[in-house]
Amino acid sequence: MSGTAYATKFLDRIDVASLPGDQEARQSALAAFFSTGWPDRKHEAWHYTDLNARMRGFADEALATRMLRPELPSVDIPRLVFVNGVLDKTLSSDALNFLQTRGIPEQKTSSLPIVALNAAITLGGADLKVSAGQNAGTILLVSVGSGDGLAIAPRHRITLEKGSNLTVIEVIRGAGRYLHVPVTEINVGDGGTLRHFRLQEESRDSVHVATVLATIAESATYETFTLGVGASLARSEFHVTLGGGGADVQLNAAQLLTGTQHGDVTTIVAHEAPGCTSRQTVKSVIDGSARGVFQGRIEVARIAQKTDGYQMNQALLLSDSAEIDSKPELEIFADDVKCSHGATIGALDPEQIFYLRSRGVSEKDARAILIRAFLHEALEPITDYVARPIFEAAIQSWRWGASG
Amino acid sequence: MLEIKGLRAAVGDKEILAGIDLTVPDGEIHAVMGPNGAGKSTLSYILSGRDGYEVTGGAVSFDGEDLLAMAPEARAAAGIFLAFQYPIELPGVGNANFIRTAVNAVRRARGETEMDTVAFLKEARNAVKALAMPDDMLKRNVNVGFSGGEKKRNEILQMTLLKPKLALLDETDSGLDIDALRIVAGGVNAARGPKFSALVITHYQRLLDYITPDRVHVLAAGRIVRSGGPELAVELEQHGYGGLGAA
Repeated sequence: MSGTAYATKFLDRIDVASLPGDQEARQSALAAFFSTGWPDRKHEAWHYTDLNARMRGFADEALATRMLRPELPSVDIPRLVFVNGVLDKTLSSDALNFLQTRGIPEQKTSSLPIVALNAAITLGGADLKVSAGQNAGTILLVSVGSGDGLAIAPRHRITLEKGSNLTVIEVIRGAGRYLHVPVTEINVGDGGTLRHFRLQEESRDSVHVATVLATIAESATYETFTLGVGASLARSEFHVTLGGGGADVQLNAAQLLTGTQHGDVTTIVAHEAPGCTSRQTVKSVIDGSARGVFQGRIEVARIAQKTDGYQMNQALLLSDSAEIDSKPELEIFADDVKCSHGATIGALDPEQIFYLRSRGVSEKDARAILIRAFLHEALEPITDYVARPIFEAAIQSWRWGASG
Repeated sequence: MLEIKGLRAAVGDKEILAGIDLTVPDGEIHAVMGPNGAGKSTLSYILSGRDGYEVTGGAVSFDGEDLLAMAPEARAAAGIFLAFQYPIELPGVGNANFIRTAVNAVRRARGETEMDTVAFLKEARNAVKALAMPDDMLKRNVNVGFSGGEKKRNEILQMTLLKPKLALLDETDSGLDIDALRIVAGGVNAARGPKFSALVITHYQRLLDYITPDRVHVLAAGRIVRSGGPELAVELEQHGYGGLGAA
């Protein structure tokens, strides 16, 4: 079956009319979704990622939720846990004045089909709002997908008022064969700092398409790192707008892919104010016959003079049938800017492996050490002492260099 | 004890070692000298298990075991250490972590308990001091941004902490000034003892002014063409390698 038939058949099973909240808004979001339809490879933004093919059979699954007791990072910080898109109060902290759950959001249509789909079927999400000048510390935001044939669409919102700080550690896990399309809307006010660390460890049978829509105001900072290890197909798509002078964005990601996994990191960083800085480092480690995709666009508006934009995409291919597609784009309308991008593709260096082995380190461990070293640059900015070990552990437990 | 018998090796169609016989008993330091292209580095790589060489004849045993049948990491566990002529850079790998991982891998393979970070760092810092290395040497990435001399000292640092039974020093003197040479030689001499032996591979005699070998072997065109006491190194320094190849 070609085109979008599997995905369409899957969507046919979702009865949007039976969902709570503003039906009119849901229907208009659904209409917006259908005006573009399921993204297929004819959509330029989806040229390298065939969503439909990975949803084969999804519509044939008997709808079932699984009683999964999610294994959560054992860290003693406030948490919000969503299971299949709904807040699980027993697993979540209460009495946090800045944490709320979002009801059904006012539905906004979107030109991004997956965001429109999310708007049509979401049951809400976390709503984190930090008041001006407040330092809200670190919180854990967990999304668990559990079941077969489900479409899970949390809609989170993170708002930092002027001069406030927050660190969010987002962990996405699951078991089963489901579609997970989380959307996170972020607004960082003047001088605020949001650190947003994301770990995607979805079920290997699932399809995961996450969209982060962020607007960063004057002299504000958005620092984000995504580590993707799970899902059959995963895409993390970032739309980040630097909307006020002197805003700073660090957008880093790494994906570890094996077997027949498909991992896609897509970034659109829009400089819309002068004197802003953006830094992106995206690393892919690809084994077996997995395929990685990086699409990164830096847009610099005419007004955005003195922009400093940097983007680096590096891939480490561990097998002959591993593949990476890399598509960097610069779109610059201002004349006084510094923008650069680079891409490298390589394999593990046999000289380095031998050096380690000659010191007594097994070949397997030598490969693991070198893969971790390859990721070092992307991980280094995670200075948060709660977040760092969570990511180190996820990398450690990845099946190093085994051919898939 | 290292015993090399009739070792022949080739890279592709080209024979590099044409039948080497060499025995290094425990507690002895032997020098292998010879002109460029004699096969000195090939010998050290074959003994440490690097890919890319085909052993076409002969045998090597170490403490009675068939060395050539062992993986490089097993050779390290058995007590062999190669100080690289050109130490490899490992960006993203901290030096202390690297050496501790190596020390513990070797300890595990030998059935010993692993060293904890505190005990390791204490020993490592002492060794760093003894080698007159800068304090940040352990924090930096392995060999990244190291000067030539620092890289060589870092090899000796690893040797000191891994405590091998047999060290293969491949042109460890190249690129070292006289002070560094003295310090590196001091590191090797400190390891000297009844359970430590070394094969010092060098082009020049000057390292041997500081590490007095028990035996000196001259390697030319893939063969040991002469062996003798330390005085042989002096003779070579005076008369060069000319004419030895055919001897």
